[in-house]
Amino acid sequence: MRGNKIASVPYALWLALFTVVPLVIVLFYAFSDDAGAFTMDNFSYMGLYAVVFFRSFRLAVLCTVACLILGYPMAYAMSRLSKTGQTVALILIMLPMWMNFLLRTYAWLTILENNGLLNHFLSFLNLPEVNIINTPAAVGLGMVYNYLPFMILPIFTSLTGMDESLIEAARDLGCNERQVFRKVVFPLTIPSMLSGLIFVFIPAVSTFVISKILGGGANMLVGDLIEMQFLGGAYNANMGAAISVVMMVVIMIFTAITNRLDSGEEGGVLMS
Amino acid sequence: MKKHTLSRTYMILVFIFMYAPIVLLMIFSFNSTKSRSVWTGFSLKWYAKLFNDSEIINALQVTLEVAVSAALISMILGTAAALGIFSLRPRSRKGLLWLNNIPMMNPDIIMGVTLMLMFIFLYRICHLPFFALGFQTLLIAHVTFDTPYVLLSVLPKLRQMDIRQYEAARDLGASNFQALRKVVMPQIKSGIVTGGILAFTMSIDDVVVSYFTSGPFSETLGVLIFGMTKKRISPEINALCTLMFIAVLVLLLIINFREFKASKEREE
Repeated sequence: MRGNKIASVPYALWLALFTVVPLVIVLFYAFSDDAGAFTMDNFSYMGLYAVVFFRSFRLAVLCTVACLILGYPMAYAMSRLSKTGQTVALILIMLPMWMNFLLRTYAWLTILENNGLLNHFLSFLNLPEVNIINTPAAVGLGMVYNYLPFMILPIFTSLTGMDESLIEAARDLGCNERQVFRKVVFPLTIPSMLSGLIFVFIPAVSTFVISKILGGGANMLVGDLIEMQFLGGAYNANMGAAISVVMMVVIMIFTAITNRLDSGEEGGVLMS
Repeated sequence: MKKHTLSRTYMILVFIFMYAPIVLLMIFSFNSTKSRSVWTGFSLKWYAKLFNDSEIINALQVTLEVAVSAALISMILGTAAALGIFSLRPRSRKGLLWLNNIPMMNPDIIMGVTLMLMFIFLYRICHLPFFALGFQTLLIAHVTFDTPYVLLSVLPKLRQMDIRQYEAARDLGASNFQALRKVVMPQIKSGIVTGGILAFTMSIDDVVVSYFTSGPFSETLGVLIFGMTKKRISPEINALCTLMFIAVLVLLLIINFREFKASKEREE
């Protein structure tokens, strides 16, 4: 196969041109004004948006934790099913991804609206109506709903791919079921949990679609801010580029910390 | 036994959470009025309207065209890259795989924005009309986020393969191309197909990258729907999504039924 080096050249060029160059251009825009001169203004004005950054980060962290708490037991329950049951459950997890995610999110609007289905149901039971739509809670719910599979899938894969003989060995050595889980199964799934954290956090911290649909105008996130600078009313490509750079840095820090938590070899989280 | 019921109940609750909005959407695609929360009677009128709505049909066509072309291009690009990557020096190999991770890890919005800025830069400042936002730029963006999946599906298949088979073919007089086609190809085919299907799925599902990189005449279905969410989504879209969902469901059932039958036969 030695002579086939040339075969990877087109893709290497493609990556250079359509992945590396765009990132360089964004850096250039972030550090220049609209005349192209070097400036740090874009970053020094960013303090104005601290509230938005904080809101995005908080919601993304909450959503990631919620996905872990909801997703782990789900993955565990799925992994205890028979082989056929596992396949069916896996298909059921993946199937909603085939329905356009905008529409799935929009369907939640129908449920959560002030005169939506949830409140119809509550008043039918003579319970007080709730006001969820256009609050951060609605945006968080939309995020958990959309990104939960990203947490379940890696944990499920790690649970089903586990070497059964390790569990048997633990039992033979006198562990009860709880100890087997705590001392053998759980530690072995930590790398997959960390991948799940990354897979949920990244889309959650960068979304603008979910906050647009479920958050009304009042719950702007960093994603909305970036979109506004490019395609919304406030056209300012330099500011948009600067906010994008900050978001990338936040994600890199999050990924680095998460990877560090995994005491195993580096890069393991990305590839597993 | 009690533990069993508890985990079953939990699983069912999670599935209800995941499917409730979808089921609602499907039910209301048969509603006789535009209302999304009040049932006024059964009707198929949104389905009839759907097939006469040129905007939606056009967007569907763009979506399928771009998804199929991007999947095909990324299958070629990704497979070639996987074949070549083995003969690279470890350092360049690592570098290429690291770069390959960027489109997968980058959030959609960053990818959309960076590509859009570059296209605008190439169009306005370098005067390259090819990069005017439109179908070509949309296709470039889709190939960029599709190919990593193809590469990562083909690589493990190549690793599993016994390299000596390729060498044996060469020793027996096969040209490089013949050895690749007759010995390597059959063994990595399933990886290429898996990668292609993944790529197609990613393209169909994408909204954000397309939103930034498509032009006014190359709107995908996702972009069209996103435009609608700002006002009100037409029930025709619900009808279309119901149809697409059922198509995928049937496809999955057929594939799994065939696999099930195949594994049964193997057992016997």
